[in-house]
Amino acid sequence: MMAYIVRRAIYSIPILIGVNVLTFLLFFVVNSPDDMARMNLGLKRVTPEAIENWKQERGYHLPLLYNASAQGTARLTETVFFQKSVKLFRFEFGSSDSGRDIGYDISQRMWPSLAIAVPVLIVGLLVNISYALLIAFFRATYIDFWSVVLCVVMMSISGLFYIIGGQYLISKLLHLVPISGYDTGLNSIKFLILPAIIGVIGGIGSGTRWYRTLFLEEINKDYVRTARAKGLSETRVLFRHVLKNALIPILTGVVVILPLLFMGSLITESFFGIPGLGSYTIDAINSQDFAIVRSMVFLGSVLYILGLLMTDISYTLVDPRVRLS
Amino acid sequence: MSKTLLRISNLKTRLGDAGNPVYAVDGVDIEVRKGEVFALLGESGCGKSMTALSAMRLLPPSGTIVEGQAYLGDTSLFDLPEREMRRVRGGRMGMIFQEPMTSLNAVVTIGEQIGEAVRLHDRDSRDAVSRRVVELLRSVGIPDPERRAREYPHQLSGGMKQRVMIAIALAGRPSLLIADEPTTALDVTIQAQVLSLLKDLQRDTGMAVLLITHDLGVVSEVADRVAVMYAGQIIELAETRKFFRQPAHPYSRKLFRSLPSLGNRGQELAVIEGSVPRLNQRFSRCRFRERCDQAQEICAQQAPAWSETALGSGVRCHLFEHLPALSALSGKRATENHAGSAEQAGNLLEVEGLRVHFPIHKGVLRRVIGHVKAVDDLSLSIAQGRTMALVGESGCGKTTAGKGILQLIRPTAGSVRFDGDDLTRLPAGKLRARRADMQIIFQDPVASMNPRMLVGDIILEGMQAQKIGVSRTERQARIRDLLDRVGLSVDAADRYPNEFSGGQRQRICIARALAVDPRFIVCDEPTSALDVSVQAQVLNLLKDLQHQRGLSYLFITHNIAVVSYLAHEVAVMYLGRIVEQGTVEEVLQSPRHPYTQALLSAVPAIDPVLGRSVIRLEGDMPSPANPPRGCHFHPRCNKGVDSCRSAYPDPVRLSQTHRVSCFRIEPESI
Amino acid sequence: MISQLVILWTDALIFLLITLAVAFGVYASRKAHLRRPWGLVVRSRVGVGTMVVLAFYLSVGVLDSIHFHPAAESPDSAGKVIYSSEIISLFDSMVSGLRARQEKTYSAPLATHLYAKESTEQADGSTIRDFPRLEHGGSHLSDPDQRDADIVRLSAIGILKGLAVSVVAANILIVLLAVAARRTFGERAREVLSANTEIPWRVVLTVLGMMLVITFWSAELASRYHILGTDKVGEDVFYQALKSIRTGLVIGTLTTLVMLPLAIMLGIMAGYFRGWVDDLIQYVYTTLNSIPGVLLIAAAILMLQIYMSNHAEEFNSLVERADLRLLFLCIILGVTSWTGLCRLLRGESMKLREVDYVQAANAFGVSHLQIIGRHILPNVLHIVLITVVLDFSGLVLAEAVLSYVNIGVDPTMNSWGNMINSARLEMAREPIVWWSLAAAMIFMFTLVLSANLFADVVRDAFDPRLGSSR
Repeated sequence: MMAYIVRRAIYSIPILIGVNVLTFLLFFVVNSPDDMARMNLGLKRVTPEAIENWKQERGYHLPLLYNASAQGTARLTETVFFQKSVKLFRFEFGSSDSGRDIGYDISQRMWPSLAIAVPVLIVGLLVNISYALLIAFFRATYIDFWSVVLCVVMMSISGLFYIIGGQYLISKLLHLVPISGYDTGLNSIKFLILPAIIGVIGGIGSGTRWYRTLFLEEINKDYVRTARAKGLSETRVLFRHVLKNALIPILTGVVVILPLLFMGSLITESFFGIPGLGSYTIDAINSQDFAIVRSMVFLGSVLYILGLLMTDISYTLVDPRVRLS
Repeated sequence: MSKTLLRISNLKTRLGDAGNPVYAVDGVDIEVRKGEVFALLGESGCGKSMTALSAMRLLPPSGTIVEGQAYLGDTSLFDLPEREMRRVRGGRMGMIFQEPMTSLNAVVTIGEQIGEAVRLHDRDSRDAVSRRVVELLRSVGIPDPERRAREYPHQLSGGMKQRVMIAIALAGRPSLLIADEPTTALDVTIQAQVLSLLKDLQRDTGMAVLLITHDLGVVSEVADRVAVMYAGQIIELAETRKFFRQPAHPYSRKLFRSLPSLGNRGQELAVIEGSVPRLNQRFSRCRFRERCDQAQEICAQQAPAWSETALGSGVRCHLFEHLPALSALSGKRATENHAGSAEQAGNLLEVEGLRVHFPIHKGVLRRVIGHVKAVDDLSLSIAQGRTMALVGESGCGKTTAGKGILQLIRPTAGSVRFDGDDLTRLPAGKLRARRADMQIIFQDPVASMNPRMLVGDIILEGMQAQKIGVSRTERQARIRDLLDRVGLSVDAADRYPNEFSGGQRQRICIARALAVDPRFIVCDEPTSALDVSVQAQVLNLLKDLQHQRGLSYLFITHNIAVVSYLAHEVAVMYLGRIVEQGTVEEVLQSPRHPYTQALLSAVPAIDPVLGRSVIRLEGDMPSPANPPRGCHFHPRCNKGVDSCRSAYPDPVRLSQTHRVSCFRIEPESI
Repeated sequence: MISQLVILWTDALIFLLITLAVAFGVYASRKAHLRRPWGLVVRSRVGVGTMVVLAFYLSVGVLDSIHFHPAAESPDSAGKVIYSSEIISLFDSMVSGLRARQEKTYSAPLATHLYAKESTEQADGSTIRDFPRLEHGGSHLSDPDQRDADIVRLSAIGILKGLAVSVVAANILIVLLAVAARRTFGERAREVLSANTEIPWRVVLTVLGMMLVITFWSAELASRYHILGTDKVGEDVFYQALKSIRTGLVIGTLTTLVMLPLAIMLGIMAGYFRGWVDDLIQYVYTTLNSIPGVLLIAAAILMLQIYMSNHAEEFNSLVERADLRLLFLCIILGVTSWTGLCRLLRGESMKLREVDYVQAANAFGVSHLQIIGRHILPNVLHIVLITVVLDFSGLVLAEAVLSYVNIGVDPTMNSWGNMINSARLEMAREPIVWWSLAAAMIFMFTLVLSANLFADVVRDAFDPRLGSSR
């Protein structure tokens, strides 16, 4: 079992290298640093000196892969690839194009992201599972039918609408909580509650429908018939047997996204002005700060791969068939 | 005090909605007496399981009980509120199902699953419950019950799981146990264990058993009385002994004559033509009329009523008093074997030391740490026009052996000489050209044909690949011939596989194999997914083809009856190796290897008068990844000697044809 | 009108897609295993209802995909037709009124006055600040107070027209049905109206009628008013919402078209051949998949922006440039979404290669390519179809989000995302400007809901796991 996990962990190394090379190609080969400089400085009145200057400040003046003018190992290390891409493996993100330390920013901004993402995940999971269980209990009745209709309608509404509608209704008309902003400590709750609620509501449609399918798939299995033949009541069958089996795919599905919670939600954070990693990314995209986007791409991949690894481990924890084989 | 425990009267159960109803159970009356084993016998789809599920009120969502009553003792089951019914379920009535593999919850321990049932029916303390769980596990013959109680279902073998199911059903101390095909998914030796367990339990506790099965052998082994079901109705009811001596209904009679056995080797098996009528109609005639060779005018005009033939037995047939005696009916003699000439023709196929090993990877670097020796040193030869049966229980490697011979799985070692060529060394191109000579027929009639292709195209595929027939018309004519040959109408070519029944599909598969004019066919359990009456059609066809075309078969099966009917030679496989081989007479009539003996004795006998003792094999077949040292069979063998533990026995030649791998056999002078 | 045809990249792909869809339809109609599930789809009430709605969207989208340079008003001196450098679509020319009637700035739906006060000079020389009359919206009215009555009148006319057309359409349909079934018109009509037909024609007629009434009603009103108001620069919001349909459809369909060949080929190859082929393909898709989709799209679009701004001279017009960006967005969305399908197909092919009929084909010595083409591909096609249909609505929704983050379609292109994005900035205004947002939401919601419901029906019909009960 341990060997399997170690193997999976080792397997993630070539994937990370792949991601790294891919981002390097995307950011430095498709467009040369000169192009970036020209874009960043504005197209008009760009002098070669200004470009050179811009590159120098940000360390893009080095050759891409091989530095013929350097000595020894520096021929390889004094390059854009080494300085900008390889160092990512050590989580040295360097500084952004506007000169800020990315590593510091990330460590500061991940907490607000978590403060919104974790409650949304937990409450959302509880709401969706309970609702799906309710539907499964009343399967093949009108409650089932209309719940599914409701779910389809809810998932057909754009997430943007939930946010804008929620802000308008709760903050603007009813003045219950501020429209946007953030504070530290407990004060942040009044800023977080609305985005959290909206996040949960926005996920009900697809979440509940997916869980309902899982439950119904389980309910038709043979072991459920055995449980009924014992004389168990329908609720016991549902909670003890069906839920326990359906939780395996649900939990492992959750585990894979756990690490990605750090990345925050782009849309929610920017709408509500929460200074998390999501809005950080958006700001970087809008101000065309390549260093930040590059770092976030790499960080996201690392977290995703971590999620995959955790999924493998969680399977061995929750499923006796995997654990004991 | 009445002797009746369960009385079901005029039960009608509908599947599907009222708009398109299927009457799966259509007016069934049965009576199960206290302490008896009552068998409900019928082919798939006849409504026997639905009858039981109706009594338990565990029908699937699409099923409804339309009419009828069910009394357990004095309790009217269909009038109980669901709450009360739950107390009956698992309390006074327990039930076990066909598929022990899927019928247990994979993520809950065995002990917990049994304990749950115990707690429902007597409210004991924690300790008392776990004591009772262990006691139950012990009573169903599970060794080391304390440890097993903490294990999960996947850690148990199929037979063990079925024992656990029985333990669950026994938890409420039921007075009636409903067993729905309890041994169908199990191997014969395990089936024998489970059946004798059921019989013992029934004797010890005095509960009644309602046994649902399609297997006449099982009925004759354990049942006191038997009811035969056909198309949603009971058509015959009798005491088991009487039933086997003198079946009354034409269907029952024909069923007996369609059973293959050593006795009717030379004959064609009786075939029940056609198929069971669809149950989405109302009948105003006898349901069996179309398939009955005794049918008269009255059978088409009115549905036969139930006629009591003696106390507690009866039959649903207009003609039961006028039917000829069973002995007067004997099968057509089939054209006799031209085996004599074949033997001189020499061997078509010679397999020497065939090994198919699958590597087991483990560790960080996925190093190969061992092999699953699915087939290990297998040697056999088949002559032109002869049938070699490869017999063994599931997991013994017989299917892998068949595929290894055909090079569908590349063997690890050994040689397969086919008509002079060693197939294992042929380059891919030559092997491809050789494939016309050897074909395969599979077990599952559903999976063996691409559902997206027309039957005609399915048969055409082989001809195209082997470039047989030049023009389109020539090939089309050939397809028509083949379909005709296997007894299907020509228009079948323009239909899809799913429009055919299991038996018809299997015949299409035979036609497909014949399309390339093979000389040798591997038949991989071709009849084990089929009902007895349909099995007979396929066996007749295979036998016919052999006579006409001089085909050689490697017939892979676990069904001894089929072997005795069809095969010339038999090889018995255990854990990747052949333990005994010889002619049918040698192996089946005087088996020498302890495993062959146990296997044969475990087969339920149709004729209950012949008293016999079942050699019970303890435990399950070990894993081929980790076979026992020495003789693979010694841990389960009751005749083992010391040398069995240290080395694998070499085959001992008992006659020109008979070879056995066992230390306890001395070679006889030939 | 003589005009010069322009074929944009996405236009060409859309027509390719339509050709493929028609070809698939012809192929499917000849294969019973494909005809049967489609039969189930058209027998479902939800299925046919949503099909009618989707057909309306589709026809707007297709009309909007035929682009050309319109001829200038007057030929030049030599009598030669001069083409305007502007590129418009067939749809634009059909609703040219909507396009031309620009106001100064915001106006509310059906308003007669602008939404912002303006200083106007009176005849007497004094200036007053008031809401000025719109140049086009309701300009035919001499007195703005007549507006309500006028709206009622126009609505009545529009609805009546719509009803009339529906009745005609219904009659034509019933005649066709009667001819096809060789029955009299009366019999067939009774069957249809009592919902006594195999295909629920009554639902078709009801939905068709509703859509026609809405179309004619809005057309009637839109000829005099801005029925959904105007935006900041005075453009008609109704027109924008209609133009956005094409963008949504392109994103929803072309993305899949782009990714399909790759996903199908690699997925089947990985599952069928196993070994190092499998390892390699798995490595590729795990790597691609591990980059969070939004970030990959963001990075790619950023790079595209740089490229476009540095090579501005390569693009003839804004429309072409926006079109290329749209295509590029489809490609990059495809790159981020093909892995899911690829993995599904890999798993399925892995199961299929062990199935008896593939083994039987092996036993005949059939080649790998033929086995894949004859046995594997037809048996995974339903997965492809279900995925395509299920993905559609997600992609339409994704467009809105991406455009909102500025990594979606070109800002000059009409899209619901851009509409929402620009409207968001006005949410803080007092009184609130809500109509752009509402229009985008309603149009998007209708499309996505129909697509979701349709996808459900298709999945139920095609998924063999669900089909065992039939």
